[in-house]
Amino acid sequence: MSDLTRMTAAQLAGLIAGGETSAVEVARAHLDRIAAVDDRVHAFLHVDAEGALEAARAVDARRAAGEELGPLAGVPVGVKDVVTTRGVPTTAGSKILEGWRPPYDATIVERLRAAGTVMLGKTNMDEFAMGSSTEYSAYGPTNNPWDLGRIPGGSGGGSAAALAAYEAPLTIGTDTGGSIRQPGAVTGTVGAKPTYGGTSRYGLIAFSSSLDTPGPCARTVEDAALLHAVIAGHDPRDSTSIPAPVPPVVEAARLGATGDLTGVKLGLVTQFAGEGAEPGVMAAFRDAVDALTKLGAEIVEVSCPNFEYALPAYYLIAPSECSSNLARFDGVRFGLRVGDDGAKSLEEVMSITRDAGFGPEVKRRIMLGTYALSSGYYDAYYGQAQKVRTLITRDFTAAFEQVDALISPTTPFVAFPFGARTSDPYQMYLADLYTIPTNLYGGPAISVPCGLSEGLPVGLQVMAPTMADDRMYRVASALESAVGTLTPPAL
Amino acid sequence: MAAISREEVAHLARLSRLAVTDEELDTFAGQLDVILQAVARVGEVTAGDIPPTSHSVPLTNVFRDDVVRPGLNREDALAGAPDAEDGRFRVPRILDEEV
Repeated sequence: MSDLTRMTAAQLAGLIAGGETSAVEVARAHLDRIAAVDDRVHAFLHVDAEGALEAARAVDARRAAGEELGPLAGVPVGVKDVVTTRGVPTTAGSKILEGWRPPYDATIVERLRAAGTVMLGKTNMDEFAMGSSTEYSAYGPTNNPWDLGRIPGGSGGGSAAALAAYEAPLTIGTDTGGSIRQPGAVTGTVGAKPTYGGTSRYGLIAFSSSLDTPGPCARTVEDAALLHAVIAGHDPRDSTSIPAPVPPVVEAARLGATGDLTGVKLGLVTQFAGEGAEPGVMAAFRDAVDALTKLGAEIVEVSCPNFEYALPAYYLIAPSECSSNLARFDGVRFGLRVGDDGAKSLEEVMSITRDAGFGPEVKRRIMLGTYALSSGYYDAYYGQAQKVRTLITRDFTAAFEQVDALISPTTPFVAFPFGARTSDPYQMYLADLYTIPTNLYGGPAISVPCGLSEGLPVGLQVMAPTMADDRMYRVASALESAVGTLTPPAL
Repeated sequence: MAAISREEVAHLARLSRLAVTDEELDTFAGQLDVILQAVARVGEVTAGDIPPTSHSVPLTNVFRDDVVRPGLNREDALAGAPDAEDGRFRVPRILDEEV
């Protein structure tokens, strides 16, 4: 058997269903790969070898009993550590949750288990999903398999690096401002943010509840679509879950793979025309636009005048919601407690615990959000940001009357060296310049590899209307058929 | 002019229940000032009569049927607590002894 870790999820599922390999063999191959390379990559915070092999044995037993297996049965998957997994440590990259074992599974994890996927473990991330480099993980950064001295993106850098390092064929991410797509772009992998409400938030440790969206990460567009189809769909336990059928994402990915985009109209956002992006990123993006034209797509320019206020609006809305959501870490019900010497008050213990348990970026955002929500500033900051959000949504709505989807580079710069953007937090925020508008609008978007700049991967982003997730898969898949997937240097 | 003073940051830290050190205060005051000046750009947008958007899903008042479903048992609920006693969360002192 050729190297199982190099195969796509679709190939692995086919081999397992056909009896050419077993789920246990596939799980072992990936666990061996993790053991061989993860001391250098550090994509995983926790590896659950026993749980993985048990799940794999169950799939093999079902197959032996003649049961029909689902499209991803036996395929290994890594899960971002912000998603609760029953009995398996879940830290959200924070010291305040060190050692916590959730008493329940997130809905998407329940669905992964029901589909027969094999969970390998939990992937590294910026603390509470706040960051663009994994440098804010309390457990140390993940290293980009393309260059171990560079960031893998964030917050879901572990999920993206695990794919690029062939430690897992599929991983789960969460995207609040770009945390699935930007890591996908800088590691040469595929990352999709579904429509907000299209995938359940139940069991996600909340950062910004009106923006948080779990989604699939993979090495191919078809694999991402297969994973999307498994985790998506209405969940009564999430009050913002959309009660509608899942868009036909797998069919769309397969249609796109034929390489025909005749009749598809794609928009270039005027406000994204080069400003702030590295020349090498823009060059790779322009080549990809040419490729899309050759596939038959019509390209037009579309103006979205309020997009330039998306980043400021996001950095008021997301911190405001986080300052409220993270109030639950009070040193009483779960996680860390520091300074409880019997003399200090509850409030003192709470403040000492939170200062000890949270890292610097989380503290900055909690304070920023507290400021934006405070009396006297609320209207000028949080209230105004919510109005800007309405205007950005109107820009999208107007754009989608003219085009089927919008395209842009995923992120303005390729993977940067560690430490390059940590001293000035706002420089880090700029990594999400092109991904944030979609989150404010709530629509789906995907990042797909489109080429290299200075030997490092560049991603192209496709943004589609809400609940038209299939459209972005079609376009991304067509581009993939033209430019191919990217293979990092051997580790 | 700075958008936010060191004293205001100290106040925010208290409101946020973060026992930050003096050193942290120095760092955060400068950083929050840069961030606030950048995000204040939302004020440039003329949006007087524009309705705010709190989330993107056009759903309100989502209810479920009022039927009993299994929930966490007490043991599971307390399993992750830093301190528990007699089947309850144990908390630090909440009443001031001098009162």
